[in-house]
Amino acid sequence: MHDHDHDHDHDHDHEPGVHGGPLTDTQLRVRALESLLVDKGLVDPKTLDELIDTYETKVGPRNGARVVARAWVDPAFKQRLLADASEAIAEMGYIGRQGEDMVVLENTPKVHNMVVCTLCSCYPWPVLGLPPVWYKSAPYRSRAVIDPRGVLREFGVALGDDVEVRVWDSTAELRYLVLPERPAGTEGMTEEQLAEIVTRDAMIGVARVQASRR
Amino acid sequence: MNGVHDMGGMHGMGPVEPEPNEPVFHHEWERRVFALALATGFLRRWNIDMGRFAIERMPPAEYLRATYYEKWLARTERLLVERGLLSADELTSGRPDGRPPAVRALPPAELHSAVRNRRAARMDDHLKAPTFKPGDRVRTRNVHPEHHTRLPRYARDKVGVVDRDHGVFILPDEHASSGTKVPSHCYAVRFEGRELWGPHCGPRDAVYIDLFDEYLEPVNDGGGPR
Repeated sequence: MHDHDHDHDHDHDHEPGVHGGPLTDTQLRVRALESLLVDKGLVDPKTLDELIDTYETKVGPRNGARVVARAWVDPAFKQRLLADASEAIAEMGYIGRQGEDMVVLENTPKVHNMVVCTLCSCYPWPVLGLPPVWYKSAPYRSRAVIDPRGVLREFGVALGDDVEVRVWDSTAELRYLVLPERPAGTEGMTEEQLAEIVTRDAMIGVARVQASRR
Repeated sequence: MNGVHDMGGMHGMGPVEPEPNEPVFHHEWERRVFALALATGFLRRWNIDMGRFAIERMPPAEYLRATYYEKWLARTERLLVERGLLSADELTSGRPDGRPPAVRALPPAELHSAVRNRRAARMDDHLKAPTFKPGDRVRTRNVHPEHHTRLPRYARDKVGVVDRDHGVFILPDEHASSGTKVPSHCYAVRFEGRELWGPHCGPRDAVYIDLFDEYLEPVNDGGGPR
């Protein structure tokens, strides 16, 4: 979906005009809209900058990785997390928009959970940040529910026939985080070290966590 | 509405293509669109369901061609006009028409609490008694409303089992049109893959979908899969 053919030049539009290229229609539309809204007092430029900074640098999958690592080392926390994910995650300070009502799904050797939003792109922002392009794309949204094992194979996850696949379609305001299986060989690792190996994709449910991050 | 946004189960969309080390934003204009969409949302002239419905009403070919943030831009422009914050002329010309705006920007000092909001669509549990309980067999309604709904097409007229009751939430359908907050229990309902996709589907595949009271009717046929 991101490979469409009108002229978003991938080289020179991060800073318009830097390489002398003309502004695209979309860039012009966005600029015009922003200046109009600022002129009218409907948005504050400082608010815009702070929003971008928040979601680009402060919120992201490292938050979710810390939740997972804590659940792996702290059985009482894990119990709270599975019983009331919103409260347990709030204990760690990860709260806010698109994560108001959280559910955590535990992967086991017999049950593999994965998350999709077939109708739009719902995603748990406070713990995973903003979603990657593939998650928002038509291929993932269309296929995850009808061919989950095929999608998982493409992500490098081969599941045996004895493993149940549960796909969670986020059609309401609940937001889902997968608690992946803790890999063998990580017994001596600290919570901080464990958080380092937990990936975004594992928390969406399309990857396994590897003992050492490749 | 039976729109192209309702993608579950469609074929022909191609392979999933993850991008290694993907940045949060690919272009500066995406950052601006993201922030403009949130900041205008803070003006409280529309809700999240109106926002989703605004994207769903894009012409289908345009929807399929647009990137995520192009959809966000289309949604923001449409809502600003539909909800009376900008005139169509202002949007076209880019120049304010001189009339004072109906609302003011969220002050930066209030941003922190707006971003760290902890209550969105959940309503108080006492507002509505649950119609179903975990373990109940339910059938999704065979409905095709032209308005916004969160009952996906691939899961209509299907039998599932209530896995859990999430509590009382705002029913999205009415919320998207009038803004009225109708309280409704939202349940995770488990559907066997074979119920959704037919006998070729593996026996250990299941899809869980979050569905509201209004989307469901009881099944009283003595249990067992259909």
